Amino acid sequence: MVERIPILKIGETLLVTIQVDFHDRVALALQEDLTDKIVTHSSKGVLIDISSLEMVDSFMGRVLGNIAKTSRLLDCHTVLVGMQPAIAITMTELGISLQGISTALTAEDGMELLKALMSKKQKRVSHGRQIARK
Amino acid sequence: MVVKSQESRAIKNEDDIAVVRSSVKRVVALLNFSLVNQTKIITAASELARNVLEHGGGGEARIELVDEGDRVGVRLSFEDLGKGIPDFDKAMEDGYTTGKGMGLGLGGAKRLMDEFSITSNSPSGTKVSITKWQERI
Amino acid sequence: MANDTMTSVATLMRDSQKEILADWVDQQLKDPARTQAVPESSLRASSNEFLSIFQEAIQKGNLDNMAAPEWEGARKMLSELSASRALQGSTPSETASFIFSLKEPLFALINKQLGAGNIASSEAIVRYSKVLDQLGLYTFESFQKSREAVIRRQQKDMLEMSTPVIKLWEGVVAVPLIGTLDSARTQIVMENLLQAIVDTNSKVAILDITGVPTVDTQTAQHLIKTVSATRLMGADCIVSGIRPQIAQTIVHLGIDIQDITTKALMSDAIREAMERTGWSVIRNTSQES
Repeated sequence: MVERIPILKIGETLLVTIQVDFHDRVALALQEDLTDKIVTHSSKGVLIDISSLEMVDSFMGRVLGNIAKTSRLLDCHTVLVGMQPAIAITMTELGISLQGISTALTAEDGMELLKALMSKKQKRVSHGRQIARK
Repeated sequence: MVVKSQESRAIKNEDDIAVVRSSVKRVVALLNFSLVNQTKIITAASELARNVLEHGGGGEARIELVDEGDRVGVRLSFEDLGKGIPDFDKAMEDGYTTGKGMGLGLGGAKRLMDEFSITSNSPSGTKVSITKWQERI
Repeated sequence: MANDTMTSVATLMRDSQKEILADWVDQQLKDPARTQAVPESSLRASSNEFLSIFQEAIQKGNLDNMAAPEWEGARKMLSELSASRALQGSTPSETASFIFSLKEPLFALINKQLGAGNIASSEAIVRYSKVLDQLGLYTFESFQKSREAVIRRQQKDMLEMSTPVIKLWEGVVAVPLIGTLDSARTQIVMENLLQAIVDTNSKVAILDITGVPTVDTQTAQHLIKTVSATRLMGADCIVSGIRPQIAQTIVHLGIDIQDITTKALMSDAIREAMERTGWSVIRNTSQES
């Protein structure tokens, strides 16, 4: 039995807080569950909070990237919030840049960014940022 | 260099990667490493443990506390019984992978640590050793 | 026979410690390499202390291995002595001659008691010469090590001091970089900057490189790393202070600084940062003088 990360639905968005040790299988299960829920609820945004995560290796980085790519195919935006400085430095040194994932400092900033991304106009947002998509 | 303590963990499946991570975390916490360095060491351990599983079909991780007088450190060795690595230079390149990962494992682990060594008796297994030091002041 | 000589020298030393001490301190005082860093009183105290420890150690009989436990007391005392002298500003040769200057008084004593020129005394002299050489080298090495530790600590302090993170405005932090940006420096800049971003909940960070003398491929790599780490955290990073020569070097070297926002002046970066965080600066014309 694989531990599963709860996914909360709030309006058009899905909220995920990764609190457990992000085991490989837990990560893959999350990717699967999220994709299912996006389709079931026609969600337009996913907010992933990783503030209590202790490390992100290249495998987890790839899973997070895949979540963003899959969501995008389903017309849904993903914002990653709360990354710890130590993790950001380690990921940069490792060479993971999470191209295509939007990031924000806090859950609050992340929600605002999601709202902006979800609104058709896609105007320049002041809080949080969106990493340029090639 | 004196080895002050040593423990081994078998790597047979994905759950063992998490076991290696938490063992490394416990050992690293004993030394005075900064949070950033702790994260780097645990991440490097995770990368290499996954390599052992994906490319070597399993193996073993050894975690050692080492002491050199004016500095202490943690040395991690990962050994598998896989096919070995035919081309080192290629394997160290970022983005080169024979598995399904991002190809950042070896080069990434090297950048995260202070010392890195790799020996491969192709065709009978690979051993990667990484060390991170902490100055004693 | 060797054993006899050793114990006899140990006994000799104990019996005439006062004599040796006076002689030895004398030697040290007239050493031309002596600076005024160590006062005579403390010189006399440490010499006396060492003589007791030394005599105790040779009594235990191991004259070949200074790393043996019998010599632990001597090693400890010498490394402490070197460390304090390194801090006081003694020269390395002055510190090492603390031990080397013991040779003359000790050998004089051996010659006097065992008779100059006979086999027993020359054998003893050769052996003790070796012992003191080893201890002298050990002292020298400890001195070097303490110096290195001092340098390392200063380097660390300097690094910390040379990378202040400034809160410019609500939601905007800045780091004015001065000096060469190597990888150790980059680590500290990244750590301080990212922590400041979290602490002040800042959305924009400005990295000002006005004070960075040259930008080569390596430096550019470090800048790019810092910018991507900032982005992973969910903040924007603007690089400012790009002088004309540096802009040319970057182009000339073909460095791809990707999609990093760059500004010539820090004031341009501040303007941009304010805009992005939703602020605007308005000059109040009625108060203009």
